[in-house]
Amino acid sequence: MKLSVLSSPALVSGLMVVCLHSVWFPILVFRNTSGLILLLGLDFSAMIFPVVYIGAIAVSFLFVVMMFHIQITEIHEEVLHYLPESGIIGLIFWWEIFFILDIEIIPLISTQRNTTSLRYMVYAGKVRSWTNLETLGNLLYTYYFFWFLVSSLFLLVAMIGAIVLTMHRTTKVKRQDVFRRNTIYSRRIIMKRTPDPLTIYLRYRRLIGLNPIREMAVIFSRSWPLNLFKGFKHL
Amino acid sequence: MDSIKYFTFSMIIFISGIRGILLNRRNILIMSMSIESMLLAVNSNFLVFSVSSDDMMGQSFALLVPTVAAAESAIGLAIFVITFRVRGTIAVESINSIQGSGPFSLGERIRFELS
Repeated sequence: MKLSVLSSPALVSGLMVVCLHSVWFPILVFRNTSGLILLLGLDFSAMIFPVVYIGAIAVSFLFVVMMFHIQITEIHEEVLHYLPESGIIGLIFWWEIFFILDIEIIPLISTQRNTTSLRYMVYAGKVRSWTNLETLGNLLYTYYFFWFLVSSLFLLVAMIGAIVLTMHRTTKVKRQDVFRRNTIYSRRIIMKRTPDPLTIYLRYRRLIGLNPIREMAVIFSRSWPLNLFKGFKHL
Repeated sequence: MDSIKYFTFSMIIFISGIRGILLNRRNILIMSMSIESMLLAVNSNFLVFSVSSDDMMGQSFALLVPTVAAAESAIGLAIFVITFRVRGTIAVESINSIQGSGPFSLGERIRFELS
């Protein structure tokens, strides 16, 4: 009963992902799958699933949907177009899986071999029971540490890739636009008449006085320090 | 018998993810979400069989699969953001009309069609 309570919303939401009226349906799929894994007795994986899938992936989708005002509901013109061929292929896959599980589904087309089927052994209580986290750590940090380190590198590369791809030209990155600077001050630069540090400082002091609030206002205004070179009065 | 029910569940989610990719060529956001759903189904499958055959390798791998899923969805969404910014639409049916600098770029295609 527990299984069906959790799995049927997950299945329904899974089918609704195709329509995607909202991002809510994938979130429900992730949540119910996490619940099913909890029923298997895997507590750590069931807690990691919401963190990774909902907290990272679904939230990213939510950001994209929110910021781009995407019309998600589409007009379905071709829903049944692929159904005959894909239905047959899906049924063939479905039938082939029973080779692995060694259970007969269609009596005339037999999938059973003369081997024993899989058994589900309960070792808890026979030995000191480890938690799920301990068993994962026993493998992942000792024998398979390489996977662990490589997956961290993989995430680093993905992060750098995402940042590099979406960096806008107009984002406020502290770069000096040399060409803009040259067009504004071309005469001074060509004639090499930039003022020395002493006159810059004297102009700065005359501009601000000794008032720290006005100093902050000048520094955070957009025209600083260009107004020092031209001798602007404070706006 | 329980194992079959879990497996059936993940199989249906996987097939619905494939169906989502096939049917939603015009909307790359739904395609991305269907790919995530496929990865989730495969991951849950790994966990179910790891419990059923009492082996830890399934769970170790099922810890790495969400890593790949998150990284791939981040990059996919970044590419989607750029594409949307440039083209203003999310239809990817005609996405191969974007000219690249690959082996079959414009000059060679013209030469190929003329010959």
